[in-house]
Amino acid sequence: MDTMTLLGQGFAVALTPENLMLAVAGCILGTIIGALPGLGPSNGVAILIPLAFSLGLDATAALVLMTSVYYGAMYGGRISSIMLNIPGDEPALMTTLDGYPMAKQGRAADALVLSGVASFVGALLATLGFILMAPILAQIAYSFGPAEYFALYLLAFATLGGLAGNNQAKAIIAACIGLGISMIGLNSSGMARLTFNSLYLYDGVDFLVAIVGLFAVTEVFVFIESGGKHSAIGVKIDRITLPIRDIIGTFWTMMRSTVIGFIAGILPGAGASLGSFMAYSAEKAIAKDKSRFGKGDPRGVAAPEAGNNAAAGGALVPMLTLGVPGSGTTAVLLALLMTLNITPGPTLFTDRPDVVWGLIAALLISNFVLLVLNVPMVKLFVKILSVPAWVLLPGVTMISFVGIYSISGSWFDLLLMIGFGALGYFLRKLDVPTVPIILGILLGGHMEDRLRQAMTISGGDWTYLFSSPIAIGLWIAAVLGFVAPIFLRRYIKKPQAVPD
Amino acid sequence: MKLFNLKTLGASLVLSIGMAGSSFAAECIAPANPGGGWDFTCRTIGKIMYDIGAVDAPIQVTNMAGGGGGLAYGLVVNERNEDEELIVAASSATATRLAQNAYAGMTYDQVRFLGAIGIDAGIIAVAADSPYQTLNDLLDAVVADPGSVTFAGGSAPGGFDHLKVLMALKRVGFDDIRAVKYIGVDGGGDAVTQTIGGFTQAITGDISEVVGFIRSGDVRVLAVLTQDRLTGEFADIPTAVEQGIDVVAGNWRGLYVPKGISEEAYQGWSAALQAVADSPEWAEAMEANGLTEFNFVGDDFQNYVAGLMGEIADLSREIGVIQ
Repeated sequence: MDTMTLLGQGFAVALTPENLMLAVAGCILGTIIGALPGLGPSNGVAILIPLAFSLGLDATAALVLMTSVYYGAMYGGRISSIMLNIPGDEPALMTTLDGYPMAKQGRAADALVLSGVASFVGALLATLGFILMAPILAQIAYSFGPAEYFALYLLAFATLGGLAGNNQAKAIIAACIGLGISMIGLNSSGMARLTFNSLYLYDGVDFLVAIVGLFAVTEVFVFIESGGKHSAIGVKIDRITLPIRDIIGTFWTMMRSTVIGFIAGILPGAGASLGSFMAYSAEKAIAKDKSRFGKGDPRGVAAPEAGNNAAAGGALVPMLTLGVPGSGTTAVLLALLMTLNITPGPTLFTDRPDVVWGLIAALLISNFVLLVLNVPMVKLFVKILSVPAWVLLPGVTMISFVGIYSISGSWFDLLLMIGFGALGYFLRKLDVPTVPIILGILLGGHMEDRLRQAMTISGGDWTYLFSSPIAIGLWIAAVLGFVAPIFLRRYIKKPQAVPD
Repeated sequence: MKLFNLKTLGASLVLSIGMAGSSFAAECIAPANPGGGWDFTCRTIGKIMYDIGAVDAPIQVTNMAGGGGGLAYGLVVNERNEDEELIVAASSATATRLAQNAYAGMTYDQVRFLGAIGIDAGIIAVAADSPYQTLNDLLDAVVADPGSVTFAGGSAPGGFDHLKVLMALKRVGFDDIRAVKYIGVDGGGDAVTQTIGGFTQAITGDISEVVGFIRSGDVRVLAVLTQDRLTGEFADIPTAVEQGIDVVAGNWRGLYVPKGISEEAYQGWSAALQAVADSPEWAEAMEANGLTEFNFVGDDFQNYVAGLMGEIADLSREIGVIQ
């Protein structure tokens, strides 16, 4: 089969000693990043991008490193959720609900192993789904013209409400801030907008600067304020055993959650947080005995972990085949690809099969490495959680500054990054999510360009935007995606917010 | 976490070593992030200059993205006007932006253009199932009904890909160029996707952007915009010139130097660039990157750029990109 040949070539790329080493290193780093409270996959990947450039990695090697960090962080996030009741990253939020109670009952090791296995199942099946579906999606992309793309971007913004969770209005405000920032620079017909005649702003705001500022620098500010009081509390683990009964008992939970997570991942703007949230709510909804949920039910551990890892794999599909990121982390990965002069999109599979299939092979390898790291060796990472803030803080700061400067060599970007850090800090105080800002910056320009293109082709006829079945379907999905969470929220109980 | 910090330390060490080195060697500024055409120009030409002994020390490449090349241009004009150890990568895009006044009022005569030694040949192409068989078929269709054909290209409206089409239409006596429909998409690959998908009817771009699709048979190139036919694989593609449409346009790879350097230094750089152009290493690099021979070094090149900019400025005024 053609796919198998291509995958075989992919393994040949991924199994070079250098790439294999990068995959292992990425898995370890990723798990650590995921486990450390606050540092999640998106800021972890953002911080490490400059490293890829300093090391002079080629496109495939850089992608292998970054995606293994990405997958690693998705695994690692659960560790602090279970041990500390602090989600290591956003998608691991749901795992606190049953993981921490399990740990308190003295079953910390079981919870870690079970969630590790669930993560593996979710990620593996999602990667397989990606292999099977991506080439089809790449074909479908020929039916995406300006009108369809515009509707797709609209859908991404419409579903942001689901991602933001608590307050849709705040997500909309954040998206508007992002869209506003995306207006800066020369527009597609060469007119300067909001540049204040400064050449530094002619190319617009680099999304990497915004991402590192909003995530990493903000994290530093918050840490400074809280005096670094994130430290390991109480729960200890002794021996790691395989909780076979729990694993078998949650098999179908994992399967269902994987499917839900994968679909959530494919939808632009939904991503892993929504994947784990939906997987958990669905599992709770269909369970006959709901009483143990929230008190240490193994299903409540397996479902969100399978869900968020499957979503991580699913999010790669639109990112690679359409150039539309499905989550915050894939937004960062998209930025990385563009910096490497690789244009994600329908032609990526024909233009750069080495990159795509090498990446897929690397994902499969990473998964097995992560299974080993996160089940038998999980104690190592539990120890790392006791890293004092005075080590963590300067590290994050240093990496951010060196990183951004090494990309652009511009002091202006450093100031801009600090500015974004301050913005992120105040937005967090106001409980305004920052992911919509990133999406706004990333997609705003494209969305405007597609609209302009559609108007050029149609000669200014607005009905062109609804002229194909795909476009109409996307418009309907966008409207539903925007409206549905407002009504659903009444029926689905909100997860308990975890104090930072 | 330890590993984390160690690696950062390594990264900053690499950076500081890189910076320390730059004070001793000549510098080539690529006014964009690593990976694009300007970066290629600096890295490849710089490396060959040193390898063949045209310069004494390796040339340090600095990436300075910003303002579509305007940031680097401003730096050269305002701060390093007499720096004899500096070359800067340029291309058709540099000339286009200067002609359209997009470098904050700076003009092309504030630097000295050194030369261009390779060109990514311009092309006009259609999808394999398109009814248009020759460039004239396509242009006639536009002349008959400008609304019936939308061109897709990798540069923004008013950019060089757009202008190439307008130049061709001007040659067949079509003056209503504002009516020509052009959309700027994300690079040549996307232009091809849109055209194969039937959303647009023709592709305007450079040959390196569509090589994969020519080989796969998805795309038919109606004309290559070079003086003579390409050699090798694409020798059977007709030129626009032989179809009676006198347009020669492509994305040349060149360099400029600061205005205030001595004539001696200018001649030195010219000689070094010419030596690269004549080297087998450059022939190999051109082949690997889909470039065609295009040799214009020294004052001739300054005149060529001036002429090109004149035409770009006229067209841009007509379509309203500049006043």
